Formats: sequence, C-alpha cells, structure tokens
Amino acid sequence: MINTQPSGNLQRTYARISRNWGLYVLLLPAVVLLLCFTYKPMYGVIIAFKDFNPVAGIMGSPWAGFKYFEKYFHSYQFSVTIKNTLIISLYSFATFPIPILFALLVNQLRAGKFKRVFQTVTYMPHFISTVVVVGLMMMLLSPGNGLIGSIYRLFGAEAPNLMGSAGLFSSVYVWSDVWQHMGWDSIIYIAALSSVDPSLYEAATVDGAGRWHKVRYIDIPMLIPTAITLLILRVGGLLGVGFEKVYLMQNNLNISGSEVISTYVYKIGLISSQYSFSAAINLFNTVINFALLLLVNWVSRKYSEHSLW
Amino acid sequence: MDASTKITVRQSGKPVSSDKALETLLYIWAAFVLLIVVYPLYFIVIASFSDPSAVGNGKVWLLPSGFTLDGYKELLKHSNIWVGYRNTILYTVVGTAIGLAVNISAGYALSRRDLVGRKALSLFFIFTMFFNGGLIPTFLTIRDFHLYDTFLVMVLPFSVAVFDIIVARTFFRTSIPAELWEAAQIDGCGNLRFYVQVVLPLSKAVISVLALWFAVGQWNAYFNALIYLQDKNLFPLQLILRDILITNQMQNALGTGEAAQIALRLANLLRYSVIIVSTLPIICFYPFVQKYFNKGVMIGAVKE
Repeated sequence: MINTQPSGNLQRTYARISRNWGLYVLLLPAVVLLLCFTYKPMYGVIIAFKDFNPVAGIMGSPWAGFKYFEKYFHSYQFSVTIKNTLIISLYSFATFPIPILFALLVNQLRAGKFKRVFQTVTYMPHFISTVVVVGLMMMLLSPGNGLIGSIYRLFGAEAPNLMGSAGLFSSVYVWSDVWQHMGWDSIIYIAALSSVDPSLYEAATVDGAGRWHKVRYIDIPMLIPTAITLLILRVGGLLGVGFEKVYLMQNNLNISGSEVISTYVYKIGLISSQYSFSAAINLFNTVINFALLLLVNWVSRKYSEHSLW
Repeated sequence: MDASTKITVRQSGKPVSSDKALETLLYIWAAFVLLIVVYPLYFIVIASFSDPSAVGNGKVWLLPSGFTLDGYKELLKHSNIWVGYRNTILYTVVGTAIGLAVNISAGYALSRRDLVGRKALSLFFIFTMFFNGGLIPTFLTIRDFHLYDTFLVMVLPFSVAVFDIIVARTFFRTSIPAELWEAAQIDGCGNLRFYVQVVLPLSKAVISVLALWFAVGQWNAYFNALIYLQDKNLFPLQLILRDILITNQMQNALGTGEAAQIALRLANLLRYSVIIVSTLPIICFYPFVQKYFNKGVMIGAVKE
C-alpha cells in the first residue's frame, strides 16, 4: 500500500470497482430512489428564494431573495409557532430520562413470567397507530362522556377539557407520548443492561454493595454511552416536532397552543397553496435543526468522547 | 429453574430488610404501570359492547353495561372502512416487499469493506436522515413524476429507510464472515449470486425484523396518504379512521331530535368498535413476533 505508484493505485481501484460491479447493482435502486425523491426536492428548495409559479417552473420563476423569510419573521405566526414548537419539544425532551428509569426498574424485576408479561404489555401501545391513539384520547379524555369525566364525577369534581385547552396542549401531547412509547424506548437500555457481566454484581455483593449501590455504580455507567447517542439525535430534532400527532390533536379550541412549525408549513403550503412561503419556513426549520445537531455533536465529542460520527 | 441460582446468589449476600421494602415498592410500581397501560385499552373493548349512555354516565368500569353489538353491525354497513382495509393490506404487502428488496440490498453492499467509495456512499445515505427538501419541494417532485394520487406513491418513492439500511449493514458485518465471500470467489461465484444464494439464506433474522418494522409502519401510516391521495377509493384505513374518530364527519351532518339521538348513539358505538377492528390485527400479531422486534433494536444498537 505504502510504496505503490499513483498510476498503479488508480488501476487497482478500477480493478476493484469492476470486480465488484454486482455490489453497485445492489445499491442502484436505493440510490436512484433517493436521487429522485430526496435529493431532487433538495434542489427544489430554491423555490424558497423565488416567487414560485407552477406554470413557469422552478427555473422560470423570478427570484425573490429573502422576501419569504422576512415575511415569516415579521408575521404574527412567527412567535406563536416558534414558541409552541419549543415548548412542546423541550417538554418532550425533559421526559428523556423516563425510559432509562424504566429500564433500571425493569432490570430489578426477577426473571420469570411476570417480567415477560410486563415487558410484552408495556411495549404494546407503541404499535397502535397515531390516528387511533389520538382517537382514543379524544374519547377517554372527553369531560362529558369520557372515562376521565366519569372518574372526576366519582369524586364529585368537574373534569377539565384536556383536548380543548391551549394551555394544557403540551402536557397532553407529551404525557400521552410517554404512555405510548416509554416501554418501547426502554428496550435499547434494557439490552445494554443485559450485557453487564454477572461477575461484576457478584464482586459487588462480596464487597457489601446493596441494590442501590449496584444500580448506581454498575447499571447507570453502563447506560451512559447509549443515552448520549440518543440525546444527540434528540437535540437534532429539537425544532422538528412531528406533524402527525400534533395535526390530529389540533382543534379550534387549542389552536393557539398547538400550532407548530410543521403544521403551519402544511397549512400555508398545501391548504392555501403559498408554495414559496411554505418552503421558506420549512427550510428555516431544517437549517436550525441541522445546525443544532452539528453543534451538539461537536460539544459532545469535545467533552465526552462520544459522538455520532 | 435456571433463574433460581441467580436469585440465591443475590439474596445470600444481602439479607437486609431495606431490600425487602424496596422489592415491595418495585412490584407496586410495576402493577401501577400495568394498570395505566392496560386499562384504557380494556376500557375501549368493554365500551364497544356497551350502551353509549351507560358509558357516558360512568357505569362502565369493569364489565360491559347494556350489552350490544350495534357498533359492530354498524361497522358492516360502512363500505369505505372495508375498502380502506383492503387498500391498507395491499399497501402493506407491496410496500414491505419493495422496502425489503431496496434496503437489504443496499445494506449488504455497504457492509462490504472492499466496496470502493463506501465512505462517500454512506454519507450519501446518512445525509438524508438529517436534511431534506421539505414538504412542498417533495410534493412538487411527486407531481412532476405523475405519482400524485396513484397506488404507486404509497409504496415506492419513500421506501428507502436509511435507519433500516444501517441496521442491515451492521447485521451483515457482524454475522457474514469475510472468509465466506473469499471462498465463494475462488469457486467463481459472482457478487449477485453470492448475495442471493449465500447471504440471504443466512439473514433470516434481520429480514424478519425489517419486514415487521416496515409492515407495522405501513399499516399505521397516514401522512403520505393525507398529502398525496385524493381519490377516496385509494385511501388507506388510517385516513378513513381519521374521518370517523377525529374529524367526526358523521356527527357534523346530524340535526336534532330523536333520529339524531339514535344516529349519535351509533356514531359513538362505531368509534369504539372501529378502533377494535383496526387495531386487533396488530395487537394479536404482536406477542408472537415481539422477540424479533427486540432483537432488531439490539442489532441496531451495536455501534461501530
């Protein structure tokens, strides 16, 4: 490798490519699909800087500069959507330790039938569709004839309208997510814990360590690398509150607390057909997310030697 | 009982009473979590068999009250639900087949250390996890390809799943030894034949995991249908469910009076029963395949 001539290198590379042509055939479908449906739209992002007109096409439409970005920054919806997006994602981010705690506790359950049933059951909600979960919430949380209404009446109190309150929107959104995904999200941590060498626990027992000490000095350090990787990925999505669930939960009563960037992008773009404006808001969102991801990855690499790449 | 030895080791060293108390608290916590997860789902089941006024008055807690099958009878009358069901099954089967073919092949190619340009190609894939054109440019692209409002849009354009490619790649790296390929090469076997006749038969674990992920994802998705479909005959089940459960289209059309009361009662019952019927396949299917899911998460968690 060290002493070869440049021309010999080139030839060898060519030989290695042609010998493995079959591998490129295997890659072809995925590459073509990404080029057509992911990379081509990236080029289409330039409509954010144009006055896009479907008849003239992307190239034919006149340039608009930063007009649509400024329009967004100066609009009433700018502060509302940014604020709601940040509240919901930071709130959701704060529940990050729950699956870790869940895994630590599950790991303490004695192996056996109860533990197996417990895990199977708590993973289950993850597989229910978002549409059904939101439908379920609307029925159960209805203050009139839902389960929550009945529970409050049992104690002689009046139930709050959880699905129709702007102030409570983020709480309902985040805690229903915890309900649906905490079991599933803990699997990766449970897997990490199951790889702990049992002799470590035995040695700790001999040294007189109690349960808490084993969790504190064996289990928790074991989870930190996984937790940091997932944490970095989460920060990268900080301004990317998912469209699907928020959009389904939105109604006229909670809209001031539930309009986030992604739902606004959808309404401006596909409901009122302001393509360039919508693309500009979307691009602004993507760039911030990407920058956050790079920043956090950089900080993490610098201070903890853990990073995504 | 292979677990018993472990327990005795743990207990013989620690006969402290505070551990007993902790143990009790732990199981109380577990029972509480089970209740929180299971009860809402159980409630939907009993509510679907109960008289809606009994549900509204808080009489339904443990067993159905005013037993009725009207919700399920009503279900049979709504043909759009069954059209949606059929479409979802088609999208799930075809979408999963395409997704597997595309992603597993790409994952295998990227797992090979002798692939020239591996780094650049990996970057080409991974970049799309963090950056994309966004809703409108993607929408315009789909329209340019004449895929808007077609069957194909639900199964083809978005079938590349980079995360699944990474999982497949990790699996192939750790479980297909490089010596196998070297031996096959000496026998004059090409890459494609090696992939089909040697790699795939050895990869049932990862194929089943990715198939399940894809199938569940397809079954539950509604976003692409919302954006790219207009023809009601192409709607998947989830979009129909959205109409019934969330946008309450039927309720809005109601007037007042006795006929309206009856219609409202049926609409309420229908909502419970439609949840049961649409979610049952996944819930029934899931316990049998759960171990594959767990395995998949673990394959994905192996970091290089």
